[in-house]
Amino acid sequence: MTNLLIRIPGIAWLLTGLGLTFAIFASGFASIPNLLNIGVQSSILLLLALPMTFIIMTEGLDLSMGAVLGLTGVVLAMGLVRGNGLWTSFAVALGVGLAFGIVNGLLVVKLSLPPFVATLGTLGVAQGLALVITDGESIVGIGPGLPKLYSSTWIGLPFSVAVAIVLYGVFHFLLYYTRFGSYVFAIGGNREALVLAGLPAGLYHVAVYALGGLMAGFTALLLTGRMNAGHPAAAIGMEFDAIAAVIAGGTERQRGNGWLPGTLLGVLTVGVLKNGLNVLALPSSLQVASIGVLLIAALLIDSLRKRRT
Amino acid sequence: VKYRLIGVAMLGIALALSSDAFLTVSNLLNVLRQASLIFLSASGLTLVIVGAGLDLSIGANVGLSACLAAAAIKSTGMLSMGFGAGLACGMAIGILNGLMVTQLRLPPFIATYGMLWMLYGVNYWYMKGDTIYGFPPEFRALGSGNWLSVPIPVYLMVAALLAGVIFTRYTTFGHEVYAIGANAEAARLSGIPVGSRLILSYTVSGAMAGLAGVVYLARLNSAEAGIGDALLLPAIAAVLIGGTSLFGGSGGLLGTLIGAIILTLVLNGMNLLTINTNWQPLVTGMIVLLAASVDSFTRRRTESRA
Repeated sequence: MTNLLIRIPGIAWLLTGLGLTFAIFASGFASIPNLLNIGVQSSILLLLALPMTFIIMTEGLDLSMGAVLGLTGVVLAMGLVRGNGLWTSFAVALGVGLAFGIVNGLLVVKLSLPPFVATLGTLGVAQGLALVITDGESIVGIGPGLPKLYSSTWIGLPFSVAVAIVLYGVFHFLLYYTRFGSYVFAIGGNREALVLAGLPAGLYHVAVYALGGLMAGFTALLLTGRMNAGHPAAAIGMEFDAIAAVIAGGTERQRGNGWLPGTLLGVLTVGVLKNGLNVLALPSSLQVASIGVLLIAALLIDSLRKRRT
Repeated sequence: VKYRLIGVAMLGIALALSSDAFLTVSNLLNVLRQASLIFLSASGLTLVIVGAGLDLSIGANVGLSACLAAAAIKSTGMLSMGFGAGLACGMAIGILNGLMVTQLRLPPFIATYGMLWMLYGVNYWYMKGDTIYGFPPEFRALGSGNWLSVPIPVYLMVAALLAGVIFTRYTTFGHEVYAIGANAEAARLSGIPVGSRLILSYTVSGAMAGLAGVVYLARLNSAEAGIGDALLLPAIAAVLIGGTSLFGGSGGLLGTLIGAIILTLVLNGMNLLTINTNWQPLVTGMIVLLAASVDSFTRRRTESRA
C-alpha cells in the first residue's frame, strides 16, 4: 500500500502539472475538441502500451511493436483494397500480428535471446516485409467500410476512445483478476517459483509476447482507419512512445512490479506532452525528443528512489 | 574466426558463380568500401558489447554527427572544423551514454534507446527537412576517393582495426573491459575501476560513430536528417556475426571486421542479383536473429558442459 502511495504522485503530478501548464500557456489546449483529440491520439498508444506493460513486467521489451503495427496496417489496407471484406482482412492482420508475437516469444523464451536484440531483429523483418509487399508505396482506396466504422461514435465517444476504454478494462481484468495475470507478475518477480510449482512458465511467457503481437495487429484497425490508407512507415517509433509511457507510469523492469493504471496515466502524459507542444507550434521532431527526455527522467527518478531505499 | 573466414570464402564463391559482375576488382573494392562504413560504426559498439553493454544510439549518432559536420563545413569553409564537429558530437554523445549507464545506473539498452530518439528528434529539428550538399573534392575524397587504387575508407578501416586490436589485446584497458564483460562484480572486487572503464568504452563507441558519420557524409556528398537511421541494424548484425557475445566478455574486432564483410557480401550479392533494396532490412533482421540464436545456443552448450 505504501508502495502505491509513493507511486501515484509521480506520474499523476506530472500529468496534472503538464496539463495545467499547457492550459495556461497554450491557448486552445483546454478546449473540448482538443481534449477529445488527445483522447483519440492516445487511444492508439494505449492499445500498444497495455501489452507492453505485461512484457516489461516480465523483464522484457518489444521493440518490434511499431514495425509490426506498420506491417499489419498495410496488410489490412491491402485486404480491403482487394475487396476481401472488413472482418476477413482484420482477421488476417490479427493473424500476422499474432505470428510475430509468437516468434518474439519463442526467440526470447526458447532461445533465451536478450529481448531487445530478438525484437530488434523482428523489427527489421517486419519493416522489411512491409516495404517488400507494398514496394514502399502507400496503399490507398480502402473503401468506405473501415473509415465509416472509425468515424462512428459509441455513446457519444469516438470509436477509437471507446475501443481503448473497453480494452483497458479487459487488460485490467486480465492482470488483476485472472490466473494469467498472477503468472505475469510471477514471471518477472519470481520465475523460479512458477517453474518449481510445476506451472508451464515458458508457455505463459511466450503468451505475453504473443499478446503484444496480437494487439499490434488489433491496433492496425485504428491506425488504418484514422489514416484512411496503409503506409509501411506509418508506425515507426511508436513502440518508443509505448515504452516511455509504461516506464513513466511506474512499471519497473525488475521484480515484476507492474501498475496498469500508471500505464494509462503515462499514455495520457505522452499524449498531453505531444499535443501541448503541438498547440505551442513546436516542430514534431522536438516532440519526439521530449518523449526521450520523459523516458530518461522517469528512469532517473526511479533509480534515485531505489538508491535512497 | 576460422569458421567465419570459411563462411566468407563460401559466400564469395557462391556469388562469383551466380553473378559475373561479382568477381571484378572494382566490385570487390566496392564491397570493402561499404564494409568499411559498417565496420567503423560497429567497432566501438564491439567494445561496448564486450563490456556487456549495448549502444542503440549509434545510428542516430552517425546521423547527427554527419549533419553537424556538414553544417560546420558549410559555415566555416574549413574541413578541419567539420571533422572536429563530427568527432566532438559523437564523443559527447558517447560520454553522455556512459554517464547514464554508470553514474545513473540506467540499463544500457533503455538509456541508449532513449538517447536514440532524443538525437533523432534534435537532428530532425536542427535540419528542418533540409539537405546540405555539395562539398569540396578534398573532403569527398575521404569517403569516395582512392589512394594507390584502394578506397580511402578502407585505410581508415585498417587503421581502426589495428588500433583496436592493439588496444584490446595488448593494453590493460582492453583486458579490463573483457574482465568487466565476463563478470562486472568480480572485476570490481579485483580493483578494476569499472565505471571509468565503461564510460571510456561508450566514449570510444560514440567517437567511432562520429567518425563514421563524417566518412559517410564525404561519401554521399549530402546530409539530411535521416542519414543514419538505417545503420543501427547492420552494425549490430556485423558485431554478432563476428562472434562477439551479447552476454559480454568475449569476441573482438577481427570478428566484427569479418562480420561487416559477410554482411556486405550478402547485401552486395542481392544488389548484383537485382533484388529490390526493400529486401535489405528484412534480410539484415533475419541475420541478426540467426547470429544471436547461434550465440545463445553456443553459450548454453558451454554452460551445460561446465
